[in-house]
Amino acid sequence: MECFKVLEPGLFTTIQDLGRFGYESQGVPTSGAMDEFAFRIANRLLENEENDACLEITLVGPTLEALTDTFVAVTGAEMQPMVNGIPRPMWSSFPVRKGDILSFSPIKSGLRSYLAVKGGFKGDYVMGSVSTYTRGKLGGIKGRRLEKGDILEKNPSPQVLLQTRKVREEYIPSYSSEEEVRVILGPQDDYFEEETIKVFLSSSYVISKDSDRMGYRLEGPFLKAKERYDIISDGLLPGAVQVPANGQPIVILKDAQTTGGYTKIATVISPDLSKIAQLKPGDRIRFRVITLEEAHRALEEIEKLIEKIKTSAKEIKYFTVRVDEETFDVSVEPF
Amino acid sequence: MYEKPRILPFGDKGIVVEFGNEITVECNEKVVNLYRILKKESRQGIISMIPTYRSLLVKYNPLQISYNELIKYVSEKMDKEVEIKEEFKPQVYEIPVVYGGEFGPDLEFVAKHNNLSIEEVIAIHSAPLYRIYMVGFTMGFAYLGGMSEKIATPRLETPRTEIKAGSVGIAGNQTGIYPLSSPGGWRIIGKTPVRLYDQEREKPILFEAGNYIKFIPVSEEEYYKIEKEIQEGKYQLRIYEYLNHNLSG
Repeated sequence: MECFKVLEPGLFTTIQDLGRFGYESQGVPTSGAMDEFAFRIANRLLENEENDACLEITLVGPTLEALTDTFVAVTGAEMQPMVNGIPRPMWSSFPVRKGDILSFSPIKSGLRSYLAVKGGFKGDYVMGSVSTYTRGKLGGIKGRRLEKGDILEKNPSPQVLLQTRKVREEYIPSYSSEEEVRVILGPQDDYFEEETIKVFLSSSYVISKDSDRMGYRLEGPFLKAKERYDIISDGLLPGAVQVPANGQPIVILKDAQTTGGYTKIATVISPDLSKIAQLKPGDRIRFRVITLEEAHRALEEIEKLIEKIKTSAKEIKYFTVRVDEETFDVSVEPF
Repeated sequence: MYEKPRILPFGDKGIVVEFGNEITVECNEKVVNLYRILKKESRQGIISMIPTYRSLLVKYNPLQISYNELIKYVSEKMDKEVEIKEEFKPQVYEIPVVYGGEFGPDLEFVAKHNNLSIEEVIAIHSAPLYRIYMVGFTMGFAYLGGMSEKIATPRLETPRTEIKAGSVGIAGNQTGIYPLSSPGGWRIIGKTPVRLYDQEREKPILFEAGNYIKFIPVSEEEYYKIEKEIQEGKYQLRIYEYLNHNLSG
């Protein structure tokens, strides 16, 4: 079912779900939403399936013309959505009608936003996922970012009257230009002296401009390996912090190659990849070590938090009121 | 190889089972065996795996299987590998390659560099059964073992901006095939019409760790004939069971 026409594509807008799993053994990166937290909330606000595809919007939002009546939700980086120029809140679901123009204000904080549509976006379904992997030209729309003139489709959804909701203020993450992320040491922390690991854990690293969905290259204090930086190439997963011979760490992210030959000093825990996804070149990152048990508790807490956010979301209603030929757009929400 | 494999946590959702710190068939076989056993059982909580030269990365969902349960489960399977091994017979893929000319612009260089004739390079390169130690990097790149040192050649000093998908190259003592068109610095000696990656195919990516590749030299005419058959969906890749006595090189 056609849902949007792309009038302006934005800077780098791609269709993503939670990723492509089971083909890493054949060199296929998982891809998928960089900020899983924001992605999942967007779907929850619409009562979508967990893995329904959203648009991942980077830095500059697209302009879209609605081709049908439906509901959408926007989460993630702060770039206020607008329907026909009228602002709609972030972290909320709201209706769009056929012919409406959905656009976004310039970004205020964060880097990546998620636009979910009722039923989920359709895309090329390749190896179990519609996630776009631009380097491999697969998934999404012919494996590329959105272009002007693209027609976006969505899965049909029952036309039930949906309660439009808004996430409570206290649960909305605030994005800053410096984040602390939690790591588990290794698998190759034994390639570094304890002193070097201390340097790694006590420094602030700047995200370089060579940073994208594949990985973030960091600049900061040199990390010296005991003897060597190279290992026999082995498996990689998002969050791995590689240290090549230049001593400058690289955080591996969703579109990264599946194997690599550099030492991995530590690995960022999966819930904190969402924080990294909102950092831009020039922003800073710090690493704090935790235990595996703590990491697994953090995972459970995220699940609870997402459930809580969903059940506590406030209802917000939209009306169009006509007074003397003039149309007013009214939204009503409880205190 | 280690006396006992090491199991290391890799972030909150991964473990690495490391069998040694070497590139040998023996070590890689351990990895591939464990991979196949776990893949066959597809236990809930195991999301995916990446077999590599000497280790297996297992991605898991800690909300479905705890770290300790996973370690226990994987350790048990490692002990059982010998019994189940027989079920998994490695396969050989025959990959037709046209060597030289516009398909392999560096063939002459490789020959000169090694004081060989072009025919000798082709004969040496197409003789062995190359083991696929692992498939990785991106989109079906096979890390092959077993190339003769006689044709080893350093990479290009300046990488080419585009190497066509299917190009067969040499880098040092490694050989490989580019699954996608991409920039690269390998010495290109030939090209196969076979699509290593084809999203329309039931199995989009051809290669899997633990199997073997045999390069079959073909003429330009044959190359175009095969290419046409592939386009029409009529081409049948030759695949057969690997037998140890086939091993050469």
